This record gives sequence, C-alpha cells and structure tokens, in this order.
Amino acid sequence: MTRPTTTSGVARAFARQRLGMLGLALIVALVIFCFLGPLLYHSDQLHANIDVTNMAPASARPLGTDSNGFDILGRLMVGGQSSLEIGLAVAVLATTLGVAWGAVAGFAGGLADAIMMRIVDIVLAIPAIFLLVYLATVFRPTVPLLIVVISLLSWLVPARLVRGDVLSLRTREFVQAVRAMGGRSPRIVARHLLPGTFATIVVSATFQVADAIILLATLSFLGFGLPPPAATWGGMLSAGTTYLPDGYWWEIYPAGVIIMVTVIAFNFVGDTLRDCLDPSTRMS
Amino acid sequence: MTRYVIRRMAQAVIVVLGVTVITFGLQHLIPGNLARAILGPRASRTAIAAFDQAQGLNHPVAVQYLDFLGRLVHGNLGYSYRLNQSVDSLIAHQLPNDVLLVGAGLVLALVIAIPLGIAQAARRGRVLDHTVTAAAFALYSMPSYWLALLLIAGLAIAVRAFPAEGPQAPSFGGMLADPRALVLPVLTLTLINVALFSRYMRAAAIDTLAQDYIRVARAKGAPERVILARHVLRNSVLSVTTLVGLALPAVLTAGLVVENVFNVPGVGLTYYTAAVNADYPVELGITVLVGVVTAAGSLLADIAYAALDPRVRYD
Repeated sequence: MTRPTTTSGVARAFARQRLGMLGLALIVALVIFCFLGPLLYHSDQLHANIDVTNMAPASARPLGTDSNGFDILGRLMVGGQSSLEIGLAVAVLATTLGVAWGAVAGFAGGLADAIMMRIVDIVLAIPAIFLLVYLATVFRPTVPLLIVVISLLSWLVPARLVRGDVLSLRTREFVQAVRAMGGRSPRIVARHLLPGTFATIVVSATFQVADAIILLATLSFLGFGLPPPAATWGGMLSAGTTYLPDGYWWEIYPAGVIIMVTVIAFNFVGDTLRDCLDPSTRMS
Repeated sequence: MTRYVIRRMAQAVIVVLGVTVITFGLQHLIPGNLARAILGPRASRTAIAAFDQAQGLNHPVAVQYLDFLGRLVHGNLGYSYRLNQSVDSLIAHQLPNDVLLVGAGLVLALVIAIPLGIAQAARRGRVLDHTVTAAAFALYSMPSYWLALLLIAGLAIAVRAFPAEGPQAPSFGGMLADPRALVLPVLTLTLINVALFSRYMRAAAIDTLAQDYIRVARAKGAPERVILARHVLRNSVLSVTTLVGLALPAVLTAGLVVENVFNVPGVGLTYYTAAVNADYPVELGITVLVGVVTAAGSLLADIAYAALDPRVRYD
C-alpha cells in the first residue's frame, strides 16, 4: 500500500478504518451532547436543591441526581463543555508552540539546538500534575488560565518529535537545492521542512487532546480544577466516590465512563491517523 | 563509554539545575510575597521585614537562588511553616513507602508486560494479540483514579476480598505488616504500567523478530521457544530500560493519585495534603525531589542501555 499523498487520499484511507471512524463518530456525538444537549435537556446546574439529593435514575432524571441535587445527565453535558474546550485549545496551542520550538531547534542545530532541547528535558523532568496542582493552589483556575498552563506543560513532546523530523529532513537534496537557489532559513523551515512534518503534527495534536482531558480530569478529581459552581467530569467522579459504598452507582459510573470514552475516541482517531499518514507504522 | 557516561551525567546535572530554577521561580509566583502568605494578611510591616531578614528574602534574587541551591545540596528541601517541621524530615520516613508502592507496581508490571508483549508479537494478529491490545488500550485510556475506583467497587465492595484503603500505618514496617491492604494500590499501579509498557514491548518484539539474526537462528533450526527466550527476550528487555526511564513521570503521577485514592501515607499523599492547605514550601520541596528522581532515573536508564547493548558505542 502506498502512502496517500493528498488530503482526500488520507481521508479515504481513514474512512476505511473502522476504529478511526468510530472515534470520529464518538467525538461528534460528544460535541453534540455537550454543546447542543443543554438546549434540549434543561437542568439547573447552579442552584443546589436539597429536596432531591442522591435520587436514583427515574424517567424525569435519566441518570439521577448527585449529593447537591444536581441532575447528573445535565451536569455531564455542562462539565463536558470545559473539558472539550480546554482539550482542543491545548492541542492547538501546545502543538503550535512545540512545532515552532522543535523546527527552530532542529534546523538551527549546534549550540542553539542543545540549549533548546535541554530546556525541553528540564520541563519534562517535573511531572505536569505536580506543577499544575501547585499553580492551582497559587492562582484561582479559570478556563483560559488552564488552557495556557496545560499548554505550557504539553508542548514538549511535539517539540521533540518535530525536531527529530526536521533533523532528518534538513539534510535532504531538496533543502540543499532551495538553499543553493538562495532560499533563506525562515522560508526553508516554513515552506519546505514543516510540510514534511505534517503527519507528525496532526497525529501528535490528536493525542494531545486526549492527554489534556486526562490531565484536566485528574486535576479536577484531586480538587484543583475549575472551582464551583463550574461542573467538571473529574469533580463529579470525585464527589461520587464518597457514595461508592452506598451503591449510588449513577454518581460515579457515568462520569468515569464519559471521561474514558472521550479519551478512547481521540486515541482511536490519533492511532488511525498515524496508520494512514505514516507508512512505517502501518500494519501490513 | 566513559566519555558518554560523563557527557550524559553533565546533561543530568543541567536538567537538575533547571528543575531548581523552575522551582525557585514558582516560589516567587505566590501572590503578594512569601512572608504574607505565611504570616497572614494582617501581619505588621515589622513582622514581615523581620521574616524577610531571617529568610534572606531581602537579598538580590541571584543570591537568594544560590542560598536555595546551597540548602538543597545539603538535603534541606525547605520548611513547612504550617506544620512547623522541615520538609525533609516530613517526607524522610515516607520515602520507603513510596519506593515499596511504586517499585512493586513497576517490577510487577515489567514481569507481566515483557512476556506478554513477546507473546503478542509471536502470535501477531491472532485472538490473544487483539485481546491484549484492546485491554491495554482501554487501560491506557483510563485515568488512574478511575481504574482504582473500579477495582475498589469490584474487589473491595462487591466481593469483599481486599480492603478499600491502603495500609494505614505510617511506617515502612507497618506497610509490610498489612500486605492485604497493599493489594489494590499495587494492582492499580501495576495495571496502569502494564498498559504503558506492553504496547512498546509488542512493537519492540515485532521489530526484533524481523531482524536477520532471527532468520539465521530459524534457518539453523532453532526451536521457536529458544528464539523467543534467547534472542527476542534479551533484545526486548533492552528497549524496556529506556522506556522505564521515559515513563517515570507518568509512574510518579500515578503514584500521587493512587496514594490519594487509597489514602496511603506516602510522599504523594503529603503533597496532596500540602496542596489542600496551601503549604507552598512542602509542595515545592516535593516537586524538586520528584524532578531530581526523574532526571536520575532517565540518566540511569540511558547508562544501563549503553552498558547492556554491545552495539551501542558512544565514543
């Protein structure tokens, strides 16, 4: 099988992969559920209602209520909005930053490369959750702040990947030819090297969404995510944990399952994109 | 080899220095200043000046950083004003608990993931391969606390096989004295690590199986069992050393979460408690420690790789 070179070729190869299409369908369904769902299914997610706490699922509330009387189905929708917004925004921001950093380091080479990659090593040495929890105790988390901070901790992997690609691409003949014709460095990087790393960029951005959503949910689970009254999936799971021995399954499983499904969906799409874009990892 | 080790160690020193610079910088992010954060919003100016004087906070930033570095070199990770105790004494007796918990999770995962990955590679595309790949994929997509909760719901509540809480004795001996309570936290960490490692093991084993020396061994009539045990296993273990080094941040993150869910008295739980109480020095002291452990781990992994692989010669 040859590598599809056009966008439509990749799209056709992707469409043949069942898991990738399933992932894509799940993502579309999640976006509709979280952003259009609240328009059809109304629930008050701001005011606690102590008359209906810990209610089991019934026809009026398909997934029951939590310990504050919030409707769980409605809360999943609202909580998903911030997860998806932050996940997608982090993927874009972190990938942009990582690509720029990696491309410059790989192209410049020498001392600049060594310094830039050591900086990547340094930030990678501290697990992101430790820095995030600390920052969350110093600043009050908001959606834009979380996007910026998670991005600042997530650009390292794309930076390394793109640097690797650029290192191997910059010695190729076509780059030498452009240089001989008088093409200057920024042009070489932007027009000739970055397109060659496109596959790496797209695949890594997809996994970034999944990683950012897990990181965010972990932060919320530990209690350092968006503060109340914001609803978060991790926060719902954490609150539900208290009722695990009481058998209030609806306060735990829906939130856990939706986090997992979201992460799996993006991983399916990422894996499939990698298979379609990169011939070396494709299963025969 | 020696030159490679020296160069790699120099890199590790740079990374550790960088970690200290970041941590030092984070300390200065505290709104207002450290004195206010510790003495409270109504502290008098004299009290704040006295605190700054005592802590050397009135010195230039560069001098403060060198002081900070000097203290770290002497094993002083900071001082918790909230607990009135030094951070190093606070976590010193907990470290063995973490080594036990995280170490057991890591070793068990390797014992499971290495043969599993090789078995998958040997039976590529068959039922076993697909089943394990799917299971690893599901585990890989699970946040660690979600897996922990599922295990508690299944093995501690539905079937009362193991306690839902980790060992509660704060000492290392106490941890060992309550092995049943260790089962669920260690199982959670093991499963997460298996998911992390088995994908790579499978890929590494598939790569190895495609090598010429495997074909030669087959041509010479070596039974498949011998090929797998002698050639594939040995070469695949090699790639795992690098992987363990790279996976350390993820492993430590899982440790933090698992200690929190199972309430295991370790450094992760102490970090969490410090964060809840906004006990900044404890948070930062542990962050430095974690950064150093990660840098040291990846250094050891790289050196081990260079030492083990006869093909890798760096000078």
